[in-house]
Amino acid sequence: MNLLELIESQVVTKSSHPSFKAGDTVTIHYKIKEGDKERVQLFTGVVLQRRGHDAVHSFTVRKMSNGVGVERIFPIHSPFIEKIEVKKRGVVRRARIFYLRNLTGKKARIAEKIQVSESAS
Amino acid sequence: MSGLIGKKIGMTSLFSAEGKYVPCTVIQAGPCVVTQVKTKETDGYDAVQLAYDERKEKNTSAAMKGHFKKAGVAPMKKLVEFKGFEDAKNTGDQVTVELFQEGDLVDVSGISKGKGFQGVMKRHGFGGVGGTTHGQHDRLRAPGSLGNSSFASRVMKGMRMAGRTGGDKVKTQNLKVLKVIPEQNVIIVKGSVAGSKGSYLLIEK
Repeated sequence: MNLLELIESQVVTKSSHPSFKAGDTVTIHYKIKEGDKERVQLFTGVVLQRRGHDAVHSFTVRKMSNGVGVERIFPIHSPFIEKIEVKKRGVVRRARIFYLRNLTGKKARIAEKIQVSESAS
Repeated sequence: MSGLIGKKIGMTSLFSAEGKYVPCTVIQAGPCVVTQVKTKETDGYDAVQLAYDERKEKNTSAAMKGHFKKAGVAPMKKLVEFKGFEDAKNTGDQVTVELFQEGDLVDVSGISKGKGFQGVMKRHGFGGVGGTTHGQHDRLRAPGSLGNSSFASRVMKGMRMAGRTGGDKVKTQNLKVLKVIPEQNVIIVKGSVAGSKGSYLLIEK
C-alpha cells in the first residue's frame, strides 16, 4: 500500500453499498438540506458508468424526466447518500454504456438479468 | 515566515465536515532539521536553514559532509533557507508538520512540470488568430502581429513568444490546510500545487 492510499483510507470513511454496475437500475436516497431541515430525495435511473477508485470513486445515473434526459454524478462515499437500492440488474456488454444517451423509446430499454436462485439449481 | 520542506505525494478528494467533496493535495512534509542559523552579525541577515530527506553518506560531497558534521546531523538531500522564522531555532532542532494546524492558510511553492517548447496559446494564453472561415487557414494558433511597421521597425523587447514552458518556480498562495497527520508526517491542503509527484515543495505559513 502506498502512502497516498494509506492517507485516503484514513481520511475517507467508506460507506458500504450493495454492488452494482453499468446497466443496473438503482434508486439513490439522497439527503438534501433546506435551511435547517433535512429531507431525503429519491433519484431512480440507469447506471451509465462507475468511475475512479477507493476514495475518488463515483458513478453516473441517468433517468428520463418529462422527456428530458437527466444525469447525476454521485461520489460513492458521499455522506449525503443514505442508501442505494438496486431495482434491476441489466444485461449490458460494456462497462460504460454512453450509447444509451442516443437511444430513445423502445430502443432505450435494457434487458433484465434473470436471477437464478441457488436452491433451484 | 515559518516553513517546511516537503514532497508532493499526489492528489485525492475528501469530504469536508459539511459533506462537500473537496479536491486536495497530499504533501509529506518534514521532519526537517535545522542545519544552520544565520544571524545579522555573522551573515548579514537572519535566516534558518532547514534540511530534508536523508541522503546516503557515499553520495554526499566532502564539502557538504563537513557542513552537516558541523551541525551534527545526518546528510540530507534538500537544503532551504527561511527568513523570519517565527520561533527561535537552534542548530539540530527538528521541525515537524505540527508547525501547521487545521484551518491555517499556507503558501506552497514548487517547480512546475516541464512542458517543452510550446506556442503562445499554451504559454501565454493568447487567443489565436480569428475564425476558421473567410479563407483563413494555417494561422489558427499563431501569435498575430508582433508590432508596428514604420515606427520602431523592430520587435519590442519582452514580446511574448513561443518557447520553453513549465519548469518554473510557481507559488500557490493561501491554500487551506485541511488535515495534519503527524504519524505519517503528512499535511493535506485544499486544491492543487505545482510540480510532479515526488517533487520538492516549500510550505510557508
